[in-house]
Amino acid sequence: MRHVSWLGASSVLIAAVLALPVLVIVGFVFSGSLDVWQHLYETVLADYVINSLLLMLGVSVGVLLLGVPTAWLTSICDFPGRWLFSWALLLPLAVPAYIIAYTYTGMLDAAGPLQTLLREQMGWAYGDYWFFNIRSLPGAIVMLTLVLYPYVYLLTRAALLERSASILEAGRTLGYSRFQGLLVLSLPMARPAIIAGLTLALMETLADYGTVQYFGISTFTTGIFRTFYGFGDTAAAAQLAAMLLSFVVLLIVLERYSRRRSRYYVAKGRPATLVVLSGIKGWLAFGICLLPLLLGFIVPALQLGYWSLAEAEIDREFIGLIWNSFYLACITALLAVVLATLLAYAKRLHPKPMVNGAVATASMGYALPGTIIAIGIIIPLTWLDHTLIAWARQWFSADIGLVFSGTLVALVFAYTVRFLAVSFGAVESGMQKIKPNIDNAARLLGDRPLQVLYKIYLPLMKGSILTAFLIVFVDTLKELPATLILRPFNFNTLAVRAHELASDERLADAAPASLLIVLVGLVPVILLSRSISLTMNERTSLHKG
Amino acid sequence: MTKTATKKTVELVHLSLNNVSVGYDGAVVVSDIHMTLGNGQIGCLLGPSGCGKSTLLRAIAGFEPVMGGEIAMAGQLLSSTNSTLPPEKRKIGMVFQDLALFPHLNVEENIAFGLRGWPQAQKVARIQALLSLVGLPGMEKRYPHALSGGQQQRIALARAMAPRPKLLLLDEPFSGLDASLSEALVPEVREMLLQEEMSALLVTHNQMEAFTMADQVAVMCEGRILQNDTAYNVYHCPETPFVADFVGEGDFLSGIVIDSFSVQTALGVLRSPEPHHFAASQSVEVLVRPDDLLHDDESRVTGEIIAKRFRGSHFLYRIELPSKQRLFCFASSHHNHALGEHIGITLDLDHLVMFSRSS
Repeated sequence: MRHVSWLGASSVLIAAVLALPVLVIVGFVFSGSLDVWQHLYETVLADYVINSLLLMLGVSVGVLLLGVPTAWLTSICDFPGRWLFSWALLLPLAVPAYIIAYTYTGMLDAAGPLQTLLREQMGWAYGDYWFFNIRSLPGAIVMLTLVLYPYVYLLTRAALLERSASILEAGRTLGYSRFQGLLVLSLPMARPAIIAGLTLALMETLADYGTVQYFGISTFTTGIFRTFYGFGDTAAAAQLAAMLLSFVVLLIVLERYSRRRSRYYVAKGRPATLVVLSGIKGWLAFGICLLPLLLGFIVPALQLGYWSLAEAEIDREFIGLIWNSFYLACITALLAVVLATLLAYAKRLHPKPMVNGAVATASMGYALPGTIIAIGIIIPLTWLDHTLIAWARQWFSADIGLVFSGTLVALVFAYTVRFLAVSFGAVESGMQKIKPNIDNAARLLGDRPLQVLYKIYLPLMKGSILTAFLIVFVDTLKELPATLILRPFNFNTLAVRAHELASDERLADAAPASLLIVLVGLVPVILLSRSISLTMNERTSLHKG
Repeated sequence: MTKTATKKTVELVHLSLNNVSVGYDGAVVVSDIHMTLGNGQIGCLLGPSGCGKSTLLRAIAGFEPVMGGEIAMAGQLLSSTNSTLPPEKRKIGMVFQDLALFPHLNVEENIAFGLRGWPQAQKVARIQALLSLVGLPGMEKRYPHALSGGQQQRIALARAMAPRPKLLLLDEPFSGLDASLSEALVPEVREMLLQEEMSALLVTHNQMEAFTMADQVAVMCEGRILQNDTAYNVYHCPETPFVADFVGEGDFLSGIVIDSFSVQTALGVLRSPEPHHFAASQSVEVLVRPDDLLHDDESRVTGEIIAKRFRGSHFLYRIELPSKQRLFCFASSHHNHALGEHIGITLDLDHLVMFSRSS
């Protein structure tokens, strides 16, 4: 029984530590002074709210327009390239929004190749003609849409693939043609999944800092930065973070609700046959699927590749960046996987409200923008450091400096808060595949719980643990806003350096770091698409069997 | 079908299948199907899994084209080699094996799904009537996932019957329910179909369902209909060894034909009231159902009990005769005998069902 309390207690402890940033932010909702609000309200708040809402609205329309038709085509129809698109449409997930923003800016702004070519060919001078200004709110909407539509695509497609043949056949015996049935049955049945995908895309939109900052749009995240660094007003930054948090919470609630509904909306059964699109219709479908893939991945990747080869050099500094990014990502991923395994095991052994609550709290972070987490961490850690410094000075007359807030500890802490949910998801799904009687058998044969974990679970879960590690590794590598706020002085990562260079208009120089992030980002996307094609094979073999 | 419509319909044959064959990708799954179903009748396709009964049902529904022959209903040609009327135009309802209730619609919306174009008042009345018919009044707003298996079954039936189809197809609709539930539901469903005066065709591998539901049972094997008859005749007068074996429990008792009325077997000479068509001294197999074999302490024929199954109201004994022939025998559960015991048995056959011995 001692181990019971040990595991349960550590899960509660982990959750408490990881919940700290959120609690700090929530605390500011109630403790904030009215003056700060008054000031924010009179000056910038309207801008932040309106721009964030417009951004969300635009991205919603965009990701639905790109995500739903492509999911529809690749899951219900057969046309040239369907198999390729079914996984390749996920590729833009590998590109962080800020990187696609730098890339398209480099291509489309006044000094970029496209406008230069246009001026040369037409004999125009700058200002003579109208050209889409990418550094604008619509530009940011397009950029975010291009990399976030895969969320809608992924969940919608999964829901549409689940449709059973007899549902459509039932529709036909009740007087609806096959096509009408797809419209009045399949699409409404996928609706909760579409909404769940949309909310994920919107959470990322709210969390985005790199794109809107680069395009000079005032939203919550850029506002938090400006308030924090520009005005040094921690309280106001925390207030803004709290307001952003309430938006996020709304999205989380909507997402959870939709997911629950979508479980009910699924009708399992014999998969339906595909509608064959031939001739011009088939090529139209090809075009519809090619467009987001081309704009969201192929074009920016080629441009980054071209810049990297043409202009950039791999120097000592770049190697240093890679080293910093990789070891930071490694530490975070290791920590996240260990904590996730402990939590998942605690939840499995003791599915009590206390433990379940701890797990839910600990995995809350993923929905939170890095900015919120960073502010929520820097406030308590700074306080802790100053307390420690004063204490050390008083008792040991020693100057210990910033132990937590100025070091990698803060950074790893923030990453773990944000990405624990990801590793937990992967680890838990792996653990769920192990039948409970396997534990029971091992226990009856004399093993203690931790021995079971070590001797039975870890070997069986190698795959999921590796997946969890990889996903956290890559997410950490891509993370920008929390890194910007919490990094130690002069400590650079690939993401931060790409951001700095791009901000200095050295877009081509930013390309190698950006390209590397994209390439590493491909790993989890490939894992994801592989697991999708695996489930598809399982379905086909089920169908045959 | 409303009552007036039934009276107006002159023809008795409602559904007719004429030399129908169906297959996938060039492979023939069912062939040589001749079948008719009378107006208001409930028919059944009974057979082991893989016999092609579901394929035939799907061809009648219009999901599969026919490779040969014709399917017609109420004088209208539905399927032929060169034309297939799409399912949505056939006015044929179907209850699916997995029920296929629309998970995102509530009970009311599920039932109303096929009532497109009905005036609102009639729609509401129809839904209410069906819900009370299937015994689930007040369930309008429930969603399928909140219903029990049996309730889902009833809603699937109500949904299929709602637009008053000319024919209702039921594809193994009870296979997902546990035995006791389906035993209670099957006769109820028959009552519901009769009340709605619905012609129906049931597909099942379960003979008790077939016997309880159907006026006429077509036994299928390997893509063919072997016998299409009343349930009583399929059980008592099977026309092929497969039908005899598949429907009900029973054994084949070897015998030698003596003359056109009698057969010599290990249980003595069996006599048939009517002449059979086997020649004298031919080797035959005589079908013996467990209920044909009576436990009789007076009998001089005895057999050893080698297995027994207690079934509550009676025992099913496995008896081995001195000739090593084994037979099933029902006995009242008051006759509790031990394994190895020898008990007296007599045969009580109304008529002889015989097949020439194949080997």
